[in-house]
Amino acid sequence: MERIPILKMGEYLLVTIQVDMHDRLAMTLQDDLTTRIVDARAKGVLIDISALEIVDSFIGRMLADIAAMSRVLDAETVVVGMRPAVAITLVELGLSLSGVRTALNVERGMDLLRERIRERSSE
Amino acid sequence: MTVLLSDQRTVQSAEDVVAIRQAVRQRAVELGFNLVDQTKIVTAASELARNTLQHGGGGHVTIEAVEDFGRRGIRLTFKDEGPGIPDVALAMKDGFTTGGGLGLGLSGARRLSNDFSIESAPAKGTRVTITRWR
Repeated sequence: MERIPILKMGEYLLVTIQVDMHDRLAMTLQDDLTTRIVDARAKGVLIDISALEIVDSFIGRMLADIAAMSRVLDAETVVVGMRPAVAITLVELGLSLSGVRTALNVERGMDLLRERIRERSSE
Repeated sequence: MTVLLSDQRTVQSAEDVVAIRQAVRQRAVELGFNLVDQTKIVTAASELARNTLQHGGGGHVTIEAVEDFGRRGIRLTFKDEGPGIPDVALAMKDGFTTGGGLGLGLSGARRLSNDFSIESAPAKGTRVTITRWR
């Protein structure tokens, strides 16, 4: 079965979506990721969507659901690399991705994750 | 309006939805759409194709390159023979859903297009036509 790879780096999980996902594949990723968060005791999830040419309402909902589920499982999610044309279209479509943290690129996304996890552990 | 090119595809699976996105993208590139306009029409196509699949039980899409008064555009017609939409005005509202989604498919596709029309009758099916001009 076709799957999107999830890489583990210390306490982080890294996902780079490089294919035009059909809906079942997106659902599989969501299931795989929640399982991996628990198994790997991950504190942070970074999802790189810089290769995605569109984010429609289905993919948008998947990203929001992943962010919500990881929060419940005590992990932070950051979505990075959204293309400008995708961002413009997403807002016009009516999706604001509220509840999803975003960063411009992987580097800034990792900084944001570290910062959030530090804040949480000091609370 | 003159139809320059026409291409029909089936909408029967999640993979078809991906193939339709790619076909619409290719046509948009050929017509010289800029990146933002390509992204808008492809996203609208994705929403409507999913609707055809999930609510209409599958159907067809006609992808056309059209010309009208010297301007060029893409016209997409999604057609199914599913149960139809009992209340079109309600279905067009943001957030209205019967499929467990976000309820942005129809309303979002309308915002992403220049022209939008929908015809639906109970037990006869639904036809949605959108056009985006270059």
